[in-house]
Amino acid sequence: MLDNGFPLATESNILKELIKPPTILRTVVNTITGSTNVGDQLPTGQLSVVPWRRTGVKYTNNEAYFDVIEEIDAIIDKSGSTITAEIQGVIDACVKLTGMPDLTLSFMNPRLLDDVSFHPCVRFKRWESERILSFIPPDGNFRLLSYHVSAQNLVAIPVYVKHNISFRDSSSLGRFEITVGPKQTMGKTVEGVMVTSQMPKGVLNMTLTPSQGTHIFDPVTKLLSWDVGKINPQKLPSLKGSMTLQAGTSKPDENPTINLQFKIQQLAISGLKVNRLDMYGEKYKPFKGIKYMTKAGKFQVRT
Amino acid sequence: MLSLLPVQKLLRQLPAGPAGRPKKTAGGDTAEEVTSPVLATEAGQPTCYSALRAEELRPLATTKPMVATGTGPPPRHDDLKEMLDSNKDSLKLEAMKRIVAMIARGKNASDLFPAVVKNVACKNIEVKKLVYVYLVRYAEEQQDLALLSISTFQRGLKDPNQLIRASALRVLSSIRVPIIVPIMMLAIKEAASDMSPYVRKTAAHAIPKLYSLDSDQKDQLIEVIEKLLADKTTLVAGSVVMAFEEVCPERIDLIHKNYRKLCNLLIDVEEWGQVVIINMLTRYARTQFLSPNQNESLLEESAEKAFYGSEDEDAKDAKAEAASLAKRKPYVMDPDHRLLLRNTKPLLQSRNAAVVMAVAQLYFHLAPKAEVGVIAKALVRLLRSHSEVQYVVLQNVATMSIKRRGMFEPYLKSFYIRSTDPTQIKILKLEVLTNLANETNISTILREFQTYIRSMDKDFVAATIQAIGRCATNIGKVRDTCLNGLVQLLSNRDELVVAESVVVIKKLLQMQPAQHSEIIKHMAKLTDNIQVPMARASILWLIGEYCEHVPKIAPDVLRKMAKSFTNEEDIVKLQVINLAAKLYLTNSKQSKLLTQYVLNLAKYDQNYDIRDRARFIRQLIVPTEKSGALNKYAKKLFLAQKPAPILESSFKDRDHFQLGSLSHLLNTKAVGYQELPDWPDEAPDPSVRNVEVPEWTKCTSREKRKEKVEKPFYSDSEGESGPTESADSEPESVSEESGSSSSSSSSSSGSEEEDEDEEEGSGEQSEDKEEEEEKRLKRKEKEGSQKAASGSTGSLSEEEEEEEGAKKAKKKKAPQGRKGHAETSSEEASASESSSSGSDYGSETEAKQRKAPTRAGPKEISLLDLDDFTPPPPQPIPSSSIVSTSLVTDLEGLTLTDTSLAPALLSPAFGAVRTYELLHRMAGEGLSVEYCFSRRPFPGDPHMVAVQIQISNNTDAEVKSLRVSEPKPLSGMRIQEFPEIERLAPGDTVSVVMGIDFCDSTQAANFQLCTHTRHFYVSIQPPVGELMAPVFMSENEFKKEQEHLARLGEGKLMGMSEITEKVTLPEKCRSDHAIVQQVTSAANVGRVPCGADNEYRFAAKTVTSGSLVLITLERREGAAAQLIVNSEKMVIGTMLVKDIVQALAQ
Repeated sequence: MLDNGFPLATESNILKELIKPPTILRTVVNTITGSTNVGDQLPTGQLSVVPWRRTGVKYTNNEAYFDVIEEIDAIIDKSGSTITAEIQGVIDACVKLTGMPDLTLSFMNPRLLDDVSFHPCVRFKRWESERILSFIPPDGNFRLLSYHVSAQNLVAIPVYVKHNISFRDSSSLGRFEITVGPKQTMGKTVEGVMVTSQMPKGVLNMTLTPSQGTHIFDPVTKLLSWDVGKINPQKLPSLKGSMTLQAGTSKPDENPTINLQFKIQQLAISGLKVNRLDMYGEKYKPFKGIKYMTKAGKFQVRT
Repeated sequence: MLSLLPVQKLLRQLPAGPAGRPKKTAGGDTAEEVTSPVLATEAGQPTCYSALRAEELRPLATTKPMVATGTGPPPRHDDLKEMLDSNKDSLKLEAMKRIVAMIARGKNASDLFPAVVKNVACKNIEVKKLVYVYLVRYAEEQQDLALLSISTFQRGLKDPNQLIRASALRVLSSIRVPIIVPIMMLAIKEAASDMSPYVRKTAAHAIPKLYSLDSDQKDQLIEVIEKLLADKTTLVAGSVVMAFEEVCPERIDLIHKNYRKLCNLLIDVEEWGQVVIINMLTRYARTQFLSPNQNESLLEESAEKAFYGSEDEDAKDAKAEAASLAKRKPYVMDPDHRLLLRNTKPLLQSRNAAVVMAVAQLYFHLAPKAEVGVIAKALVRLLRSHSEVQYVVLQNVATMSIKRRGMFEPYLKSFYIRSTDPTQIKILKLEVLTNLANETNISTILREFQTYIRSMDKDFVAATIQAIGRCATNIGKVRDTCLNGLVQLLSNRDELVVAESVVVIKKLLQMQPAQHSEIIKHMAKLTDNIQVPMARASILWLIGEYCEHVPKIAPDVLRKMAKSFTNEEDIVKLQVINLAAKLYLTNSKQSKLLTQYVLNLAKYDQNYDIRDRARFIRQLIVPTEKSGALNKYAKKLFLAQKPAPILESSFKDRDHFQLGSLSHLLNTKAVGYQELPDWPDEAPDPSVRNVEVPEWTKCTSREKRKEKVEKPFYSDSEGESGPTESADSEPESVSEESGSSSSSSSSSSGSEEEDEDEEEGSGEQSEDKEEEEEKRLKRKEKEGSQKAASGSTGSLSEEEEEEEGAKKAKKKKAPQGRKGHAETSSEEASASESSSSGSDYGSETEAKQRKAPTRAGPKEISLLDLDDFTPPPPQPIPSSSIVSTSLVTDLEGLTLTDTSLAPALLSPAFGAVRTYELLHRMAGEGLSVEYCFSRRPFPGDPHMVAVQIQISNNTDAEVKSLRVSEPKPLSGMRIQEFPEIERLAPGDTVSVVMGIDFCDSTQAANFQLCTHTRHFYVSIQPPVGELMAPVFMSENEFKKEQEHLARLGEGKLMGMSEITEKVTLPEKCRSDHAIVQQVTSAANVGRVPCGADNEYRFAAKTVTSGSLVLITLERREGAAAQLIVNSEKMVIGTMLVKDIVQALAQ
């Protein structure tokens, strides 16, 4: 990998050729035959013009999958208005195609992409002139593209959080109430919702009752996490209860921030859509698949 | 107890030799038995499970014996040795794995060396690889044994498979055994011309390894690098540039020809190579192109001013003024500069953060202001990645945002802080936000800051308060708002927050104290609650400083503090004393006793600082008979106006480090950091980067040369003649200074001149040494010819003729290739060049005229010494000119090109050529003969010294058949006579050249000079300085040779090859120019470029034996200097030292 401190081979495909990643099957085979995961051929990939692709790839099922995954980074303030929101998207691909295929991927709305960075296989000139991704893909999984839709564009925030967290000065009790609800989800369900919050040091314990899901409060790290699951728009999930504060100390002057995680399948929140995928250079017809997903990135609600 | 049992069992079973392996697994099974009997009873264990156990146990098995024997006798690896000696590859592999695991854990496995090295020839590739790993680690320790393995690699280097060739070279170069340096060198050289680019790449990787092993190989390695730089494959490009950066980053001249190729290949080079190339090109561009922002800097002077220290500013102003006076033509970007910017831009889209960062720094350092903005987006994108990357990027963004605030303004919100960020990231983001704050966005930023203040992270809160303070100082509009906000924070429950606010408020109040007595009063109340010493001290200082604004509260505070004095921290105590003193001075009636009390307490304090302070202050403020004059001024001392502190960013001056470098990150110069050079004032010649078909190159290089010759002339007349003048009259600097101070007009012209000089200087510096040398030569040459040309009106002097004669001869002898070049160039360009040189004459003669007096000096003296009758120095005699005038004009153009023909042959030095008398006119009965050493190579024989002889006939009769006869040379000495002179008319003078091989000795050459009537015995004794011819060498070569010579000396006797002498330089001989002139006049040596400016280096070769003579003159402080002469020939060295010392003393 390194030669005298200078990076020599960092392309994962070449490294995989050198030492094959362990799989259960291979472990079994190795035990029986006494061989190891260390590749016995010389890494010829380093010599080729397309160092990212192995030579002589063969598959019986030729398939190419692309996942468009978008993450929303947002800061929502106390009153529920968005302070900053931006979308970080990636297109991860899993390409299992025989030979040396040359793919082109085009978007319905390429102008949407504000700032992109490519896998080295993408021909930059073509992108510059036609906004088309043209590339000879590496074999297997790789990140084709990552992009950024900046804060200047209006970013739809798919969930909202209603919160009421208060510490009373006199008593050693505090009130805690959170409700999560969907907003601008384009008709899709919000799943995998997870709420975490770092409580102030003064909080000794919390007695809460969730309307759905499970919650844990770790009294050592003061971390509250609530695994909500799916949001049902008819019956909004909520977490209510009280906090026990350390007696004798004044109330903490800061409110905890709430970090949110969620997933929305079949939706790219920026509206990015892949138009078509074509293959040149090989005869066979591959199976193509595209999947969209929106996730919460660093999604934070200040209280 | 139970849990320990299996391990103990294991340990007991382990040292069982090679057979121990299976037993070990058995041990593992017994362990299983104990811990989980259920599993063990099952006969048919799943295979994969047991395999896993075995895998897990292996590291365990290797660790335990180590631990066990760690305290006892040194570990014996007999089992490993036996395994290595066995025939089975699997056993060998197992052994090697264990050994490598030991190395990885830092255990010493060196005693296994012989056993391991044997296996280097093993067929199994896996074993081989592990043996290589072992070798690389231990070869340095066991050099002799390591040599056993070398032959295997040498065989590998010849393998038909390129990958094997490459890895053989890689391992060979990783073995750090100095003995094999020659083998490595050879292998690298061969691999550099290998067919496979992969092998060439490996060769490039091997270069820095060899260099770190033996830096003496530098010159050879540079050759290899030069060769590899010319490689056109992307695979090699990155690696060779890396080698270039490691070995010879100063040889920027190697890049010229490859610059465009590198730019064009860049996008296809692998990522890490891109990073290296981009960083190198940044440095290159900084030396080769003009600043794209120079015009803007004029306009935005006021904006920039704040970033420069006052001195710089003045210099810059002066320069800018000069520039504007000169009406500098509008800046046009060099197309190559543009090429670089254009080709790196797409790389901002790279997935590799390092590449993006490299391009960003390139744009920041090289691009015009308007274009730098493109990098902001990419950098903001990087903020999404790991916190390490974030940290580095934010550091750089912080620096950039100070210089180019506008760039990141649109991305302001991307720097908002999340509660999940690590603290150092938060603080950096805060820094960026503060830098970006301006009047339009300050309200948003302040609102954001308000949320930060409530954060749980107290360090971050403190930093936020600081940031608010900075915003308040920078933006006057919000100062009051900020101050109010901070005052509110004073009632915060957290003491740290309050303390930090107090400190910041103190700084802010200092700017406008009068309006804020309310705040001061408020703070005075805080003294009851705040316990943080720094905050208490700040409050006390504030009250003391502005006690006039709070006349009632101040004494009360002092009273309270006096009460608690003994329990305070030291800084608070000091401030209490301070407060007491100030109050005593302003309001002595109320506070006299309190002050006395405090001072008394302080007098017996444990801390001597406080006791000292108390004593000092008492003496100062309390009037006594003894107290001195200072007493009167106590008030002025204590209550002087103090400038408000400036709150500024810690990133302010970071941009002098190259962004993205480790030094920038650390804000200190790291080892191996290459300073980013400043833009040149004058663009170096862009044509050096031209690479086209070979003929083309010649043409352009010639054009370039011509340009070079023409260009420097203006500056020449200033730079060259200036010092000569000043050497006579007075130092230049004085006149310049007086000029600048006297009147504005003269100062501007003065600065302009200075500017010019500077430009020339920097231009020269940045050009490669070779060219510089060439240029200088040419200048000299030209000067020489011009001297002659202007001296004689219309016709050529003897000297020139001589030269042409010599040249003609040389031209005939010169090899066809060279000749072809010279001829074609002369033919093609004779017209243009002669015309251009003709036009140059005007300006040159001017320069020449100025020079004339200095040169005439010594001659006049000699004229005075002799009688009036002495023949004048070389006079043109049209009749005696052998060459026809037409030929002369033809050849005139040649003078330019000729020196370039053979750059190694150095032309004579400037300055007066000393003439010696061979035959006095009295002794010669009217025939007088003088000789001088023309310092030109003797055309017939390179081992001969050319002696120019000038014969004048002062008789009134014709002298016939003048010739040399009966030379009586000493052993080995040879004399090449001049052709017989048929006749010499009365009053005529003729000049001829003869060659003498002095055999590197200063023995005189004796011969007879015959006329048709008489014989004269004459002898020519050469000064030692004339026995050598200058050679060109670079600074590095010079150093190398010097070292070499020094080592020779060590072999024999110290001081055999090096002579050191202390010299005191006289007043007039301290300028660079004077020193160089004196040395070159004393000896025929060539100057060697030198990095240090107090050192002068010269090199020459003795004419006969060609042994090197190296002269180093090091200037010390004042007049002192040290002269070092290195030469194999001790006699020559000693004499030379004497001569030079004498010359310098004159």
